[in-house]
Order: sequence, then structure tokens, then C-alpha cells
Amino acid sequence: MSSFTTLITVALGAILVNNFIVAQFLGICPFMGVSKKVETASGMGMAVIFVMGVASAVCWPINKFILEPNNLIFMQTVVFILVIASLVQFIEMFLQKSMPSLYEALGVYLPLITTNCAVLGVVLQNTQNSYDFITSVVYGVTGGIGFLLVIVLFASVRERDEFSECPKAFEGFPIALVEAGLLALAFLGFSGLDIFRFMK
Amino acid sequence: MTTVIIALVVLAVLGGVFGLVLAIAAKVFHVEKDPREEAIAGCLPGANCGGCGFPGCSGYAAAVVKGEAPVNACAAGGEAVAGQIAEIMGVSAGDSVRMVAQVRCTGGGRDHTQYEYVGLQDCLAASRVPGGGALGCAYGCLGLGSCEKACPFDAIHVKNGVAVVDEDKCKACNKCVDICPRHIIALEPYKTRRHVTVPCSSKDKGADARKVCDNGCIGCSLCVKACPKEAIAVEGNLARINYETCIGCGLCAQKCPRKLITIDGKVPEVKPAAPKPAAPAAPKAEESKKAEPVEIEMPKEKVKEPAGKNE
Repeated sequence: MSSFTTLITVALGAILVNNFIVAQFLGICPFMGVSKKVETASGMGMAVIFVMGVASAVCWPINKFILEPNNLIFMQTVVFILVIASLVQFIEMFLQKSMPSLYEALGVYLPLITTNCAVLGVVLQNTQNSYDFITSVVYGVTGGIGFLLVIVLFASVRERDEFSECPKAFEGFPIALVEAGLLALAFLGFSGLDIFRFMK
Repeated sequence: MTTVIIALVVLAVLGGVFGLVLAIAAKVFHVEKDPREEAIAGCLPGANCGGCGFPGCSGYAAAVVKGEAPVNACAAGGEAVAGQIAEIMGVSAGDSVRMVAQVRCTGGGRDHTQYEYVGLQDCLAASRVPGGGALGCAYGCLGLGSCEKACPFDAIHVKNGVAVVDEDKCKACNKCVDICPRHIIALEPYKTRRHVTVPCSSKDKGADARKVCDNGCIGCSLCVKACPKEAIAVEGNLARINYETCIGCGLCAQKCPRKLITIDGKVPEVKPAAPKPAAPAAPKAEESKKAEPVEIEMPKEKVKEPAGKNE
């Protein structure tokens, strides 16, 4: 299943075609919230890559070996929320002790991700698409990369807002929403890639 | 039925396991922090409102310990929390000079309106209509209470058409300063005794200021000449006090022909009774600046006035 081609397909799909923000509308909250500066946006993006990857890796065995054998698929959402929340807490403590530099770099964004729907989305999609372990992790990490790509692009657009004149009524958040829409439209162009054809 | 039980058991076990892992992790990965940081975080409200400008309560606690944040920045906790933090940090909350907001307008121009404003009862809205609101004075308080709505501490109220700061409640959070469309609220160092202030923002020339206000500053510079410490200066037809050199002697207030400068840290509520007798007298005094007797008589009343009102 997890041949190299499949992995490339899944990765490209997660980054460009089915991008978590602009195609699936997951993780909109941090997308609008922490995209005022490229620096903070990339910090958030890195943290999302990290957490999405680890969450995919941890949730896959839980789903496979605990939920599926007991016919508890309907419990996925609850269990995954529990797993992600504890996982993020655990990672935070672990990083603080053993990798203080990484902890500093991720900073406040790490706990913020606890309630990021993109993370829950990625683990739920892993099970829905019945990915195997490696594909799940790849999907998680590349989904995070897609998040990073879009949020950094968007933050650079928003940074330029500061120097551009726009109608008074649109200043600040409204124009940012317009830009987000344009960005999503631009990414719509990737839907023509049709890379999922190779999977069948 | 069994499914439900299995579901419950699985969830409970998972929850228990994760809880246990986290509890162990908290011990194993425990990082020595400054104990003061935890103590401060303990007495903060824990709402993570971000009102202090730091990411959450723990962020603020860390900043306080590093000395990057004042002990009294927690808006939600107010004075009680500030006191506790000050105790932990071993400083008194009043160590630094306390600032309070001051509305630089007495409302003396409230009767000099350009037209009747019937729009939204909000300063921001009123300042956007032609003429920037009904008030004749372009620098005066519109008295529609945008600052009152913005104040999280219930410390500023519109009384008799002008915003007045309750200095005991004011926490110098800058909310009113930021929201005022006329930019007439400013933070001033609060001295409990003999605080002299010029509650006016008018940069109009004397004659114009007199037309639109009963007691606005006309930039006559009498206070500048009266000041023994050169702590007061007229810039752009408006007297401003330099609080680093001001000693609170109040000589400027005695000389002010407009009965504008106040002593004792409080902008006196200008009750209709106060400005009205002043209004006819003041212009006369101003027209011939050498009419000394009139000026000297007024200041004496003036000095007593605010003190009496404060009590």
C-alpha cells in the first residue's frame, strides 16, 4: 500500500490539492489569528507540522488496536481529542525538559494547537481513508507543511497590508478575509492536478 | 448494552492511562522554575484574557519575574492581585509613580454648540459627522461616553457633559486614552497632594478659544510667567505642565485668568455655578492683561474651590 508513489501522491495532495486551510477549511482560527507576522506564522506552522506528525503516529495504533477490535469507531472523535490534548501536554513537558531550545522556538504555539481542528481533522481523515501507519504519518507531516506554506504566504500578504492604502471600512480584519479568499481561490487551481488518479 | 460498557471502560482506561502518564511526566520532566513565577501564576485569575499584553497568565507571571512587566498590569485581578504580586516580588505596588488618566477638558464649552447632534450617542460616531461633533470647540470633550464604555474599571464617567476620571479607580490602562477620538485624555503622574493640572486641550488662538469655551486655555502665558520653576510652558496656544519640575506650588493656578488650572490632582467638576460667574469676568481680565486686581481676586477663590469640592 505505502509504495513510494502513493506516499508522494498523499504528500502532494496534503500540501497543495487538499490543503488543510484553503481547501478543507480546517485550522482557520490560527490561520487568521497568528498570521500578522511571518515570524509568528512560521513558528505556528512548525508547531503544527510537529504536532500533526506525532498525533498521526500516536492515534493510528490506538485506532487500529483499541477502537477497531472493540467496534468503537464511533468513539473516534472523543478518543482522539483526549489523545491529542494529553499528547500536546506531554510533548510540552518533554520538550521543556530535554529540548529547551525547541520549546522556546515553538513557544506559546504548542499549547495553542491543542484545540486546533486541523490536528483532529488529520487523524480522523487518516482513519476514514484507512491509511496505514507510514502513510498516516506522511499525511500528518505534509498536512502540517501545507499549513505552514499557506500561513506563511498569507502572513507575508498581511504584512504588506501595513503599507498599502485600503478603504477605511476594510482596514484590518475585513481586508484580511478578502485576501484569505483570494488565496483560497489561487489554491483552487491545484485541484486540476488530479494526482489521486494514481492511487486507484 | 455491552457496547456502551466497553466504550465507557475504554474511555475511562484511556483517560486514566493518559492522566497517569501526564502525572508521571510532570514529575520526571519537572523543570526548576523561579518559585516566584509559580506563586505569581497562583494568585493571578487564570483566565488567560491577555489584557496585560502577554500570552496568558503564565506568560505575564514569567515577565514579572524577569522584570519586564509591572506588578499591576493584570486588569482582571485589579488592585488585590497587584498587591499580592507586589508582595511576592518584594516591591511595593506604589514604587513607581502611579499614573492616572486625566481628561483635558472641563466641559466649559458645552453651551457653545454648532448644532444639535441627534445621532448615535457615541463619541466616535459624533466625531465623524461634519464639524466633528456638535461641540464648538474642536478640542473639547464630546461627552458621549465612549471612554466610559471602554473603561474596564468603571473609573471614568460622563458628568454634566464632560468625562471625569475617578482617580481612585483608575488603573492607567490607556483604554480611554486610545478610544477618545479627540485625543484629550492623557496619563499624568498622580501626586496625591498638590497636583496641578491644566484640564484643556484647545490649541485655538485666544480669541477663538474664548468664543467656544467658558474657561478654555487662551495661551496668555500668565501661568508661565508665574511659575518659579519654569515647569509650565505654552505650546500652540496651550499651557502644559512638566511634571518632572513642577513642585505643586499652585502659583500658576492663582494667576490663571480663565480659572482653568486646578490644584490637588482633581479636575473639578465644573458645575454650572462655577464657570458662569467666571465667564463674564474672565474675558474682561483677558482683554487688558494688566487688569491685575481682577485676576488676583479670582485666583484666591479658585484655589479654595477645588479643595472644597474634593472634600
